[in-house]
Amino acid sequence: MRVVRDLKFLQILLLASVVAPSMASAQTYPTSADPRSTLTPGRFDAGTAFLGMRLVSNTPKPAQFDTSRGLTFANSDIAFGTHYAYQGNFAGFTIWDISDPAKPVVASVMQCTTSQGDPSIVGNLLFISAEGAGNRNDCGSQGVQDPKDHMAGVRIFDVSNAKAPRLVKNVQTCKGSHTHTVVPSKKDPNIIYIYVSGQSNARPETELAGCKNGTDPDDPTNSLYQLDIIKVELDHPERAVVIPGARIFSDLDVDATCKQFCAPTDPRRPAGRGGRRVPGDTASVPLHTGPRNCHDVTAYPALNLLAAACSTHSILVDISDPEKPFRIDALTDENNFQGRHTAAFSNDGTKLVQTDEWGGGTGPMCQASSMIELGGNTVITLDAKKKQTQRAYFKLPSAQSAEENCVAHNGGIIPVPGRDLYVQAWYQGGINVMDFTDPDEAIEIAYFDRGSIDPPALVDVPSAAAEAALAASGGRSRNTIGGSWGAYYWNGMIYSSEIDRGLDILELTPSAQLSANEIAAAKLVTLTDYNPQSQPLLTWPPAFVVVRSYLDQLARGNGLATNRLEAIALALDAAEMKSGAARASALNALARQVDGDVKDAKDGARVRTMAGEIRRLATASK
Amino acid sequence: MHIPRPILAVVVLALLAGTSSLASAQAGGHSMHGMHAPEIVIPAGARYTKADVEFMQGMIAHHAQAIVMARFAESNGANPQVLKLSRKIDQSQVPEIQIMQEWLRQYNQFAPDTSSWRHMSMTGMLTTAQLTELEVAKGVDFDRAFLKYMIMHHEGALTMVDDLFASPMAGQEVDVSVFANDVVTSQTAEIGIMRRLLSQLPPQ
Repeated sequence: MRVVRDLKFLQILLLASVVAPSMASAQTYPTSADPRSTLTPGRFDAGTAFLGMRLVSNTPKPAQFDTSRGLTFANSDIAFGTHYAYQGNFAGFTIWDISDPAKPVVASVMQCTTSQGDPSIVGNLLFISAEGAGNRNDCGSQGVQDPKDHMAGVRIFDVSNAKAPRLVKNVQTCKGSHTHTVVPSKKDPNIIYIYVSGQSNARPETELAGCKNGTDPDDPTNSLYQLDIIKVELDHPERAVVIPGARIFSDLDVDATCKQFCAPTDPRRPAGRGGRRVPGDTASVPLHTGPRNCHDVTAYPALNLLAAACSTHSILVDISDPEKPFRIDALTDENNFQGRHTAAFSNDGTKLVQTDEWGGGTGPMCQASSMIELGGNTVITLDAKKKQTQRAYFKLPSAQSAEENCVAHNGGIIPVPGRDLYVQAWYQGGINVMDFTDPDEAIEIAYFDRGSIDPPALVDVPSAAAEAALAASGGRSRNTIGGSWGAYYWNGMIYSSEIDRGLDILELTPSAQLSANEIAAAKLVTLTDYNPQSQPLLTWPPAFVVVRSYLDQLARGNGLATNRLEAIALALDAAEMKSGAARASALNALARQVDGDVKDAKDGARVRTMAGEIRRLATASK
Repeated sequence: MHIPRPILAVVVLALLAGTSSLASAQAGGHSMHGMHAPEIVIPAGARYTKADVEFMQGMIAHHAQAIVMARFAESNGANPQVLKLSRKIDQSQVPEIQIMQEWLRQYNQFAPDTSSWRHMSMTGMLTTAQLTELEVAKGVDFDRAFLKYMIMHHEGALTMVDDLFASPMAGQEVDVSVFANDVVTSQTAEIGIMRRLLSQLPPQ
């Protein structure tokens, strides 16, 4: 053990010398002084830490997927419809009956090798993204010998019988589908569009006709620099077709004037040629500095907007005509965000969250030495002309271990009226809730985390148990890729797709940062289906808990004088004791009083909104 | 051959730190697979191919040299943008080397260590002379050399991915597939950024 200890000391010294210079710069770092930074490891017996939420259930993966052999059986994203959760997996998908969130029941397991398997549900149709080179048309796991067997694009399953899903169609696309986004037609309820994102190179034309790699963003035959679109007739999914995509990446180069590595001067070597790159051969180097594809795009159909997370750029797109989307604005942050992953809108559409998947999701990018400004979120505000302005950075504030793959990943809005809350997965960093109501100061208000799946290697925990564990693993330490792929609020609960540990269901609990009224108000919002990348407009019915949510927020933020808050609370209690016209009359009287509070309040806008909610409740009481 | 990870990390860091004597650093020229690594044997029924193993082994050497290059920025007067990018490349590629090593060990294949850049030469890697040029360059000369050579180096990584996917049945094992696509995503973005940074340097 002595040698080991000395080596560890040396390691610390070396690490310090590597990390120290960075600390002097303007970057900031996660803290190790957090309960999440010291959790004990374990696949199903790891230490846990909670703030503002509780674990309702953890259900391991079904036996067909219950192994952690690299990513082969990794769980991916989730979609929600009626009382089912559709959980993607690199080897197929699981349909969970979630009627009882305390006890989810497997309705069916579809074995169909499809990395990465991101799902969307529309009525009886389940759409699954296929990207990997080994995915086959026939779902087999034996790999692709003949290119005609290769499936890269979007699979469509009929899940009208949740116990027996049926593959209806494989829609092939040139770059395959890393993720996809459902956009409904404005005119025809039978038509939807699937916007397909894929960042890999185009497939060879010999494999799929019409596919081409190129460097000219404006070349309509170039498969890169294009958001692919599939048109689906819901009553005839077998007729789904690829239609011309959206070329939203033109003219995105910053500083287009080129001093070196410039346009090829030899006319025999056009810039648009694809094929094998020759390093150092400057003429073959693509000229463009801007993105050529997106990782994810998030549609907000109610606002005719799409927010795209594309490498270095946040791109805002008008989708009024889903067949002809066009770019409205593009924002870049070259200093930090270079691997943009996902976007989400605030419910009112005035803000965006953009995430950065530094390291691709398999790396431990939340360590004490991992900068906050890389691999986290940034908040962006949209002005009246939809021009974007970048505001705060936010990242999981707790330092995670070297054994935990961790970076910003998928999430969605929690429907608390008057606030912008985003629940989000951070792989083995766990899940948390970011409040970005103030775009210049995004803060964390709740979290859940487990220790790493695998223990640190022997020298970090010199013990008989660790030695036995190491011996059991064949004398080799492992870093299993795991943690939460996506965490979403859906009809009262938070559902988290755990890559290795199955399905987690959590519930928000009251805290100083989130009141019982706010949690109850969120539960009033129920949806019949939910694909997180196709964001629904959230609305609340008139309710006392909605009014009281605003009241709680005014109290938390000192937005109104305490004596007035107390008086309004008492008046609400009194009105609630009444019914019918008497209640309406009491509420209208209260609303008039609250109107008078607006001008002297520190947060007058919130007081005005609360008055409006009191009136809405009065109207509903008649 | 088993090296517990933290000890390996020490070796990684020690080797990466010890870059001062480059004179005898690199054989250069072409890949020297086979001279230092045991012969690659693919078991029957495996989902991966010899090309996958060679890709992972070669990319370890390729990444290891990128880290050596990136760490020159700390002491050679790089401008703040170049310094930040170099730190990002360093912090990104160290865990990627560990991912590749773990993948190789999982399948009982030889996993090169981070000194492998000294004796394996993959496409896009710098020659000893180029590396020495980078090591001694200061200030804006360093920035220019760093960006020029790191673009070349990243382009080499993209070529390695192209070659991987062009090999029969290669790039289909899920972890290789995901890793190779992640290399394309991150290094394509970084090439764009480096090209932009290069265009912003004062004219020579």
